[in-house]
Amino acid sequence: MIEFIKKPNIDFMGKRPFAFAFSGLLVALGIFSLIQVARGAANLGIDFAGGTSVQIKFKETVPLQNIRSALERSGLKDFDLQDLPTENKILIRVKKKEETLGGFSEKIVSTLKEDFAAQKPVVDSTTEIGPKVGDKLRKDALFAIVAATIGILIYVAFRFQFRFAVGATTATFHDVLAVFGIFYLLGKEVNLILVSALLMIAGYSLTDTVVVFDRIRENLRSRYRENINKVINLSINEVLSRTVIVSFTTLLAALALFIFGGEVIHDFSLAIILGIIIGTYSSIFVASPVVLLWKSKKLLGKR
Amino acid sequence: MKKKVLGRFIIIGVLAALAVFYLLPNIFHSLPGWWKQTMPSRGITLGLDLRGGLHLVFEVQGDKAVEITLDHIAESIRNDARSKDMEASVEIKDGRIVLEHQSPGMAALIREDYPSLDAKGNGVYELPAARVERIKKNSVEQALETIRNRIDQFGVAEPVIQRQGENEIIVQLPGVKNPKRAIDIIGKTAQLEFKIVDDKSPVAAELPGFVNPGEEEAILQQFKDKIPPDDQILFQKEQDPSTGRSVRTPVLVNKRAVITGDLLSEARVSIDTRYNEPYVALTFNAAGAKIFEDVTAKHVQDRMAIVLDGTVYSAPVIRERIPGGNASITGGFSTDEAKDLAIVLRAGALPAPVKMLQNVTVGPSLGRDSIEAGKRAGVIGAFLVVFFMIFYYRLSGVIADFALGLNILFLLGSMAALKATLTLPGIAGVILAVGMAVDSNVLMFERMREELRAGKTPRAAVDSGYDKAFWTIFDSHVTTLITALVLFQFGTGPIKGFAVTLSLGVAINLFTALVGTKTLFDFIHSRTEVKSLSI
Repeated sequence: MIEFIKKPNIDFMGKRPFAFAFSGLLVALGIFSLIQVARGAANLGIDFAGGTSVQIKFKETVPLQNIRSALERSGLKDFDLQDLPTENKILIRVKKKEETLGGFSEKIVSTLKEDFAAQKPVVDSTTEIGPKVGDKLRKDALFAIVAATIGILIYVAFRFQFRFAVGATTATFHDVLAVFGIFYLLGKEVNLILVSALLMIAGYSLTDTVVVFDRIRENLRSRYRENINKVINLSINEVLSRTVIVSFTTLLAALALFIFGGEVIHDFSLAIILGIIIGTYSSIFVASPVVLLWKSKKLLGKR
Repeated sequence: MKKKVLGRFIIIGVLAALAVFYLLPNIFHSLPGWWKQTMPSRGITLGLDLRGGLHLVFEVQGDKAVEITLDHIAESIRNDARSKDMEASVEIKDGRIVLEHQSPGMAALIREDYPSLDAKGNGVYELPAARVERIKKNSVEQALETIRNRIDQFGVAEPVIQRQGENEIIVQLPGVKNPKRAIDIIGKTAQLEFKIVDDKSPVAAELPGFVNPGEEEAILQQFKDKIPPDDQILFQKEQDPSTGRSVRTPVLVNKRAVITGDLLSEARVSIDTRYNEPYVALTFNAAGAKIFEDVTAKHVQDRMAIVLDGTVYSAPVIRERIPGGNASITGGFSTDEAKDLAIVLRAGALPAPVKMLQNVTVGPSLGRDSIEAGKRAGVIGAFLVVFFMIFYYRLSGVIADFALGLNILFLLGSMAALKATLTLPGIAGVILAVGMAVDSNVLMFERMREELRAGKTPRAAVDSGYDKAFWTIFDSHVTTLITALVLFQFGTGPIKGFAVTLSLGVAINLFTALVGTKTLFDFIHSRTEVKSLSI
């Protein structure tokens, strides 16, 4: 039998203060990023902000400065340039809440095709989104998240106890906020793909948490006289090898996607990798302590 | 016991065969013809983000369809009044028909001939709200039909043309090489009108020869009060012969169209042999041909403007009466432009203009790269996981991998069967599903190890491992399923794609993890009394 973790006996609950400080920082960062998004100060993708984005591939590297001046000469203003140097690609974005679509991308493409004909520009993708759609997508995403949260709260409260539901929801939000905050720090774009990644993180984190809770519930039945801290510690230790192995295998899949999956999927897999790591951490250090915090009684019901 | 195992094997085998059956089109690219006709021939559909193409969202401007209807009614009232020698100036103000200086009989005429109009007193008439709603609704349905016709004639394999919400239309065109042409074809209202040019009016002589693009509005303002009530100024796109620059020539035309595009029976591209220039040849149906003949007879020596979506294409002088119902649109087209114009004219006009809300175009090369990279990453990731499970759990790991393989096969197979689309976020759903599949097995195996450590026999360890892990697996799957279903219900676009794979994956995983692996364990234990468990 190969075992990575043999009979662990770690005092997880004792490390609560450190965990709370660290998590507090992550959550604060996440909330700060959300505020920045609401203020419009974040790197909001075209999906949500509306506007035009064009990704163009050149045969050889073209300095950004040249592209900038070419576009400015043709009368374009207020655009962002970003390059993906590994593949000679550039991303041009115009965040303008234009009522009619179509003008910008054509202008950008024709300008670059004329001015850089020697570098053989090829249009990889163009996206144009009117302001109305951006609003709708934003609302839909938000609504879906709220509805899913309520659904989970109800189910976990029904299967366990309400305080467990609070713990699971807190841990889930903790993870989503943390990854969101880190993405904001890294200057990554907030778009629909990131939202999908965050939802997958929520799903993963929740599974992880439920598994720990399940063991706590089971142990509480047989050891209801013991100190709750002890029971939780024991439960976490018992499922620790499972937690680590599952995180490891899922991480393997996500890493393969990150390394070999190509540029389209790059940021997305990065978010998932971060989410797996943070989700694993939170199911150990956040979910259960919150259950204790919610109502600090010695005994946690029978069930 | 043995019999029960056999039964479960058969179920698993049948399901696996079914999944492979649905996936065959993805595995073999050239299936025999009879297969394609009778059997599922699509396999898994890849989303546009993965294979390249266009994703467009249009909004049908239903308000404009209502305006057009009102225009028609107003026009018809004017004609009725004229034919009965009655006085009335019929105008449209704020979505209402307003009659001024009306003869005494007008109110009675409208009451009798236009019973659907609601009289609001003082010569003001309104369309009933229900009718307005119906016009808006119909306009979306008609637009959908027209766009479908146009795309059919343009020729795109596997287009998706769907209604979304109240008044939006989604168009997905995979693999389109020239996005701009496709967008133009869909977006053109294609309202074709023939209008007589009013060169006799003194105002016509005052109009400038041509103006620069962008100055049209100024001209309209300048002549606003001078234009005869039955006339309007339209602009023709032309090139200044001396400089070759694009200019706009104002043309004073009658407001009333003498004939419109709905009377066309045919529109096709021909080549003008003199200039070797393509043009669109039009043929009217019988009724249209009759009108065309009468009109040309009445207006010999007048000019007739050919107007498409408010822009004059040409305004030739009518030399003589034209029988036979043939006309043509010239305007310095390229062959593609002429072809596209013919398509939109054949497919008919949109009942109302459409506005593009969203345009996502993924180039074919990026799409191809994404698929290749995605496949490679998927295979490598799966191998890593499979390898690790065998390394860590030995024979039990092989069993887990068997369940994992079944899980992926069933997931892809059911996506093909349900005609679901695999998108980039959908791949995330697959990863999460794989993660959960492994998770279920790890949960059970760790339980079994605990039981073995506690001194149970292998068989008892397996059984109680399953029993104890069951509710944990169940809970974690149900919570994930709740998320997935909510996302499916309320999400749009990529989020929905994620929800589809995730919910399918979770449901399938419950089966493969709990039934699939247990069957194998039971199979092993049913044949020999196993002394030790390879876990």
